[in-house]
Amino acid sequence: MPPASMLIILELFCSSCKDSVEDELELSAARHRPEALEQLEAQTRFSRKELQILYRGFKNECPSGVVNEDTFKEIYSQFFPQGDASTYAHFLFDAFDTDHNGSVSFEDFVMGLSILLRGTVQEKLNWAFNLYDINKDGYITKEEMLDIIKSIYDMMGKCTYPTLKEETPRQHVEIFFQKMDKNRDGVVTIDEFIDCCQNDENIMKSMQLFENVI
Amino acid sequence: MAAGVAAWLPFARAAAIGWMPVANLPMPIAPTNKNKHQDELIILNVSGRRFQTWRNTLDRYPDTLLGSSEKEFFFNEETREYFFDRDPDVFRSILNFYRTGKLHYPRYECISAYDEELAFFGIIPEIISDCCYEEYKDRKRENAERLMDDLEDNKDSKLPNMTFRETMWRAFENPHTSTMALVFYYVTGFFIAISVITNVVETVPCGYMPNQRDIPCGERYTEAFFCMDTACVMIFTVEYLMRLFAAPSRYRFMRSVMSIIDVVAILPYYIGLVMTNNEDVSGAFVTLRVFRVFRIFKFSRHSQGLRILGYTLKSCASELGFLLFSLTMAIIIFATVMFYAEKGSSSSKFTSIPASFWYTIVTMTTLGYGDMVPKTIAGKIFGSICSLSGVLVIALPVPVIVSNFSRIYHQNQRADKRRAQKVQKARLSRMRISKSGSSSAFLHSKRNGLNQSLELTQLPYYKMKLSPQGSLEEDQQLKKTTSLLESQHHHLLHCLEKTTNHEFVDERLYEQGYMQTALQNFPSQSPSLSSEEGITGTCCSRRTKKSMQPLSATHTHSHTHNLQELSALHIQCGERQALNTSRSSLNLMSDESGSLNCKSSGLVTTAIITIPTPPSNNSRASPDAPPPPNPDAPPLPNPGNDVVKISAL
Repeated sequence: MPPASMLIILELFCSSCKDSVEDELELSAARHRPEALEQLEAQTRFSRKELQILYRGFKNECPSGVVNEDTFKEIYSQFFPQGDASTYAHFLFDAFDTDHNGSVSFEDFVMGLSILLRGTVQEKLNWAFNLYDINKDGYITKEEMLDIIKSIYDMMGKCTYPTLKEETPRQHVEIFFQKMDKNRDGVVTIDEFIDCCQNDENIMKSMQLFENVI
Repeated sequence: MAAGVAAWLPFARAAAIGWMPVANLPMPIAPTNKNKHQDELIILNVSGRRFQTWRNTLDRYPDTLLGSSEKEFFFNEETREYFFDRDPDVFRSILNFYRTGKLHYPRYECISAYDEELAFFGIIPEIISDCCYEEYKDRKRENAERLMDDLEDNKDSKLPNMTFRETMWRAFENPHTSTMALVFYYVTGFFIAISVITNVVETVPCGYMPNQRDIPCGERYTEAFFCMDTACVMIFTVEYLMRLFAAPSRYRFMRSVMSIIDVVAILPYYIGLVMTNNEDVSGAFVTLRVFRVFRIFKFSRHSQGLRILGYTLKSCASELGFLLFSLTMAIIIFATVMFYAEKGSSSSKFTSIPASFWYTIVTMTTLGYGDMVPKTIAGKIFGSICSLSGVLVIALPVPVIVSNFSRIYHQNQRADKRRAQKVQKARLSRMRISKSGSSSAFLHSKRNGLNQSLELTQLPYYKMKLSPQGSLEEDQQLKKTTSLLESQHHHLLHCLEKTTNHEFVDERLYEQGYMQTALQNFPSQSPSLSSEEGITGTCCSRRTKKSMQPLSATHTHSHTHNLQELSALHIQCGERQALNTSRSSLNLMSDESGSLNCKSSGLVTTAIITIPTPPSNNSRASPDAPPPPNPDAPPLPNPGNDVVKISAL
């Protein structure tokens, strides 16, 4: 009996500790301070000045230092006033939130941007694959692709020319899979994806498009 | 776009890489940041107080003084700072606007000084944020009222072209404008008073006649009173007729309350004149004399307070109605109870329920005349309950009425709150417009083809000359109006369009297009048909065709580094379903005719093409004929492609 009761007491104690620790974590999550500038400089491909500019913009919009999903969606939706950008923003958020803790800190933000703007084509394609692979299992299925494409079409909104039809996203998915799925097994793996993209001039060119964004 | 969010535009653009593998079309070229320099601090010296901020912060609002090149006028070369000889305190709020995106109005600041500063720095007051906007509007309204009052005081001189009628009306409405009006005002007031006093004195007993007891003065000095009455009525009649003549809208004047009072005041006299001293009607005649008391209401023209009181009562109608209703309920209940309670007692005054009403009213209003009192014990008990409840029932609605009155009284002092609401609506609509401005700005620039959006595939024989002057100027002009931020945002939206292979249109066109596609069968989507579209029609839309790629690959690369924008002004005059066909053809790898067209289009100069031809005819017209590469005859039967293009190379 005594050991059992000891165990119970210990567990209660630990859980309360955990609660307080969790509280602390929550508190700290609410106010997050990023790693030092030098560390970020080492980890990303941005210069010091660029990091400064990025952080100022980031902190301006999110004074607490982290972005949660709702704020993220709100910010992203402002760029697409005609449509509904929330679904795509959700996928983006998942792609940026590499440690899956529900919030994007400045480090996550800047790492993501470093890949997108300064990374090699391989890395960018990797990132895109990661974005499309919603459940992060290494395969892009048709359903995942359909979700992604539907979310992109959602951003267009209702008033488009020509009018968006129900089967447009599906057709788009078909086209994509015809291009990418070489062995016709219904899923696209990372190698198929990278291979195929590297052979497609359009995609290669468009990957370089945003080099000079910062 | 909000200021802070502008900082996230690079992120949004970077995230657009996620669309790239999915897109089937090549993307437009990004706008370059021509004067790309590192972000620097700039110093703003406002009357000696130095403010510093990043240049980018100021660039967020390019249509203000500080955000545009207008500030260069204030640049001081020796000290390398921008000097403004303005109020530094107000400048604090203005600079905070750039920093936070919200404009605040400090309460201690004078409203006109603040307005001047805003006007100087090119900021519209409507963007004052909600927390300070009420205060700002209130102060502004007070100021405007003050100005108006001052204006009215100075408005003594007659406006030059007022007719006699208008002068008269003005004199009637504003007695202080001229001496005549003032005299008239006082004279009528005097006569109203005389008339009322006459009516009152007429009934006072006035001395004895030998054979009768006292008679009222009216019967003793009949002629005197009749003369007085006649004089007053004549004055009132003349006044009424003059007002009727001078009124701008006679019909409206006749319907107004004051004129009805006037009529009712003088009518009894005339009716009395007309009627003979007949016995039957003399009773009615006496009743009519009662209406003479309405003359006292004529005083309300002379007293603002009376008018407010009348208006208050009118607007408290619901509360008064409630009071009346609850009183009636209580009266009926208690009268019934008292009647049945007193039924038993003898010589009871409570003969019927309506007879008990009088007792109930007198008791509930705590008057207690004592002419009817309950005699039974039950009656006394219920009587006391009645008087207690009467106090409550009457006391409850009265504070509501009082508070209503005070509210209306204060409201009357700010009579144009309604005007403020209209302004609020205007402000909201302006803000909505500016918020939707981003989307409409994109559509607007699309329509002008100013998406300096260069598709990655270039026309093979693209010449870099600028032929017509006009287009170059327009080009520059339009470049000025879209800031870098806007052009980057538009580029992002354009990329999205390319990814999904659909275009943004505004509501109106969307509905039009929707109707069109619903009504019409799609013109055939054969490649040959698509090639029929006139030169410019296909050409510019074909720019993005993938088939162009192999042809133009080499050329593109050579031209990429010295690109110049192709400004093709698209003017839509109606349906665009032909464009539909051209778009659908984009996915088809087809023919060289397209390339032919494009080559030839290199020589097309500005030409305005208006084609009102119906689409169907031409689409059926020549299904097989290859399109004649005819650059010199722009007015081609452009089949239904009412997209008019002016290409300037």
